[in-house]
Amino acid sequence: MPMQPYLIVALILFCIGLFGALTKRNTIIVLICIELMLNAVNLNLIAFSKYGANANISGQVFSLFTITVAAAEVAVGMAILIALYRNKRNVNIDKMNTLKD
Amino acid sequence: MDGEALAFMLLSALAILGGILMLNLRKVVHMVLAVVLTFLSLAGLYVTLSAEFVAVVQILIYSGAISIMMIFGIMLTKHNSKERRTKTPVRTGLVGIGVIVFFITVYYAIENLFYPTEATNLHVENTEQIGILIFSHYVIPFELVSVVLLVALVGAIILAKNKEADE
Repeated sequence: MPMQPYLIVALILFCIGLFGALTKRNTIIVLICIELMLNAVNLNLIAFSKYGANANISGQVFSLFTITVAAAEVAVGMAILIALYRNKRNVNIDKMNTLKD
Repeated sequence: MDGEALAFMLLSALAILGGILMLNLRKVVHMVLAVVLTFLSLAGLYVTLSAEFVAVVQILIYSGAISIMMIFGIMLTKHNSKERRTKTPVRTGLVGIGVIVFFITVYYAIENLFYPTEATNLHVENTEQIGILIFSHYVIPFELVSVVLLVALVGAIILAKNKEADE
């Protein structure tokens, strides 16, 4: 089985995540879309770790590090979201424009 | 068609279906469940790529911890949990065109990518290989990741703490 199908699936998932992150209004959904993009990158790393040039297990270790950092990012993002909600009573991303003025 | 190709097609179709459902559903909780479908199918794809340990970690962290945390966030914040249709079709169209251009560009880049297939032994005691590599070659990044997790923990607690409550 060649490597291109995995890369194309990862590309489609990345595009879905990018589109959602740029168009959705709910902040939680934007965070989820960012997670989807990170997952697509993980799929690329693991596909290269099996089929790439000089294939070895380093790609899987990289993807473990990525998953860890993504979990930390979600924790901090949720905390920021809850702090914002406490101040503004809203989670829509187009209401969070206080720095614009 | 052999079993690997069949499993790949089924799992990738499920993953993409989850993503498309996530874009099109109306309720926020349903969106999170669609993304959980994507995460689970990606774990299956990792198994077909002989990365069993990463697949189990994916199920534990993504479809367990992260989605539960998202649902906590929805429960703690939303009162009207329906996502309204976006009222800016111009922006949606522009973003769609940009994403499609990005897709075509990267597609032409990876279309002719070819590496000679070499026999790998990734499936032989996968977890043991990962453990040996992490604790020998990647031990400094491993420790740095632990510091990152600690900082994220403390930062999340401080950010989400109610300041009026404890004064």
